[in-house]
Amino acid sequence: MSTANTVVKQHHHAHHFQSAEHEYHTSKLGMWVFLATEILMFGGLIVGYIIYHQNYPAMFHAGSQFADWRLGALNTVVLLVSSLTMALSIFYAQKNDKGKMLLNLYMTLACAAIFLIVKYFEYSHKLHLGLAPGKFFSYTGPEAAEFSNLAMYFSFYFCLTGLHGIHVVIGMAFITWVVIRGHRGEFGSHYYTPVECVGLLWHLIDLIWIYLFPLLYLIG
Amino acid sequence: MASDHNHSIPLKVYFNILIALLILTVITVVAARIDFGVLNTVIALGIASIKATLVLGYFMHLKYDDKLYWVVFGNAIFFLILLYFLSVLDIFTRIPQMNPL
Repeated sequence: MSTANTVVKQHHHAHHFQSAEHEYHTSKLGMWVFLATEILMFGGLIVGYIIYHQNYPAMFHAGSQFADWRLGALNTVVLLVSSLTMALSIFYAQKNDKGKMLLNLYMTLACAAIFLIVKYFEYSHKLHLGLAPGKFFSYTGPEAAEFSNLAMYFSFYFCLTGLHGIHVVIGMAFITWVVIRGHRGEFGSHYYTPVECVGLLWHLIDLIWIYLFPLLYLIG
Repeated sequence: MASDHNHSIPLKVYFNILIALLILTVITVVAARIDFGVLNTVIALGIASIKATLVLGYFMHLKYDDKLYWVVFGNAIFFLILLYFLSVLDIFTRIPQMNPL
């Protein structure tokens, strides 16, 4: 350990791990445990959605007419592409290609930004109509007269997409952190655990949207 | 360390997976325009699950990684399915009554 190490920012595994390999697998296992809790959190909301959807199919259908499936499909494509670029950034980290790793991380960030911009337009359109969740619901169109509990669809819509949107923002923050460390030259084939773990988080965000898109925009 | 887990997947596989995911997205949208009655939800969730499997298996490397990760994640899916079935058993076997909503 005391031999001169000329490589800048060479990562050394923490002293409580036997080896770098041990550290890598422990970090990833921890990440997967966290992802399991994420699935349980979103899963509770999605199970609630499916059950109420089975109870009030006509009301959910009326509610989903306000969600523009074209914008939902656009966001689906954007997130799927961002998942690819995230996977590619890990691929290039393993290949010691810092430039391409960073390029793919920037593209992931750009896709995340596009996703949020589209979401902003969707939200502002709904809130403008008074289609807000719960007690803030103030829409008085014909659908509201037909279905007295129409606000329920929008409570689910805003809870699910809102929680997902918060995850996108947090994911962007973590990607930015990885980009900064990447610029410092900390990652390469010897060490890329943070890129890998942030990648796992980002793919999970994509995974959840894969379920939210048909549930909220299509089958209502 | 590097030699052991750097069994990186060829680039072509990643791009093929993306194409498969995009095609499945188109299929979901098209399928939603056809009315299958009660099967609408089942079909939509079925296609979503195929997409989720592709993301988990290839983008998240579960297919190539230590099976332990899959066991951890599979646990969450198992309990989610359990939650769904127990809730459904409760709610849809109740004596019909007027719902105040």
